[in-house]
Amino acid sequence: MESAAFEPKILAFCCHYCAYSSADLAGSMRIQYPPNIRIIRTPCTGRLETEYFLKAFERGADGVLVAGCLEGGCHFIEGNLCAKRRVQYIRDMVAEIGLEKERLCMVNVSAAMARPLAEAIREMVETVRKLGPSRLRQNATPMKMEKTR
Amino acid sequence: MIVAERKTVPELMEIVKGHQKILVLGCGTCVTVCLAGGEREVSIIASALRMASRLANRALEVEELTIERQCDNVFIEQAAEAVGRNDAVVSLGCGAGVQAIAERYPQKPVYAGLNTAFLGILEERGVWAEKCAACGDCVLHEYGGICPITRCAKRMLNGPCGGSREDRCEVRADLPCAWQLIYKRLKDIGQLDRLRKVAPPKRWGAALHGGLRKIVREDHRI
Repeated sequence: MESAAFEPKILAFCCHYCAYSSADLAGSMRIQYPPNIRIIRTPCTGRLETEYFLKAFERGADGVLVAGCLEGGCHFIEGNLCAKRRVQYIRDMVAEIGLEKERLCMVNVSAAMARPLAEAIREMVETVRKLGPSRLRQNATPMKMEKTR
Repeated sequence: MIVAERKTVPELMEIVKGHQKILVLGCGTCVTVCLAGGEREVSIIASALRMASRLANRALEVEELTIERQCDNVFIEQAAEAVGRNDAVVSLGCGAGVQAIAERYPQKPVYAGLNTAFLGILEERGVWAEKCAACGDCVLHEYGGICPITRCAKRMLNGPCGGSREDRCEVRADLPCAWQLIYKRLKDIGQLDRLRKVAPPKRWGAALHGGLRKIVREDHRI
């Protein structure tokens, strides 16, 4: 019924040096990935703060995907390793809040890995589709410009 | 600095049960530095509480504010309006901050959002270690700047205990033996003879056991 029509909205934070280029390459190579993803380019996944993820869920995102460089391949040496630890911390916090921690995932790709990125996106969309819509999606506060910090 | 860590979201939800409008109040001093109760953490906790309440079908409005210092009336004043328009305050300050806020706003429920843990330092990024037990009668000068009260599991003033194994504490193998550190440090600064002296029983009257402590400086009173 509702779940059959459910199309997840997933926010993807993509590192400029790998996943973002990879998504671009996927376009050039005509590799399809589900349109459920909304990409935000970041200078490095290490730049992502805890608030960004929580705000995404608070505003009704069904899932959040973090796509950073391969381990050992970070443009800023170890930003992706920092992100990995942060994502783990936030997954636990998301569970504390009462959401499924599977709604937040991290993948590692290089700028040439368009196909694996598309595959990871497909997997993420399927995972979230199975989980169903985020219960925060109803009455989610619309995004507005505000001073958060 | 004072080191604290956040309470879990379910704990906080239980604490604010029965309130519809709360203020999450951060502190810009120690707890900002230890990443537990600054502006950023206020945003995180407030966001978490908003989500948790919506998931639990509980109406909860959460306002965010961070003041420079919660243990100082001059700064506490700046929170007056925000405190006034909310049912309760969840303070992300240390225990002193929470109590200072509660004293200043006696009609308002004020809750602790953090567990204040110890006086310590940033050992490395993301790691804080206890350094001082605030015992009120500092003996650091006798022990090469390494505190036997805080860092020896047995709080021995005349150590070592003889139980350490390969420089590790026998009580907790992840800790270095404080007395090994004291010996090494005193040796390095040429003060090993300090260890020949037998330390008398410590003046524990200055510690917390007799109730709260106060320092009065007549030269600064008006």
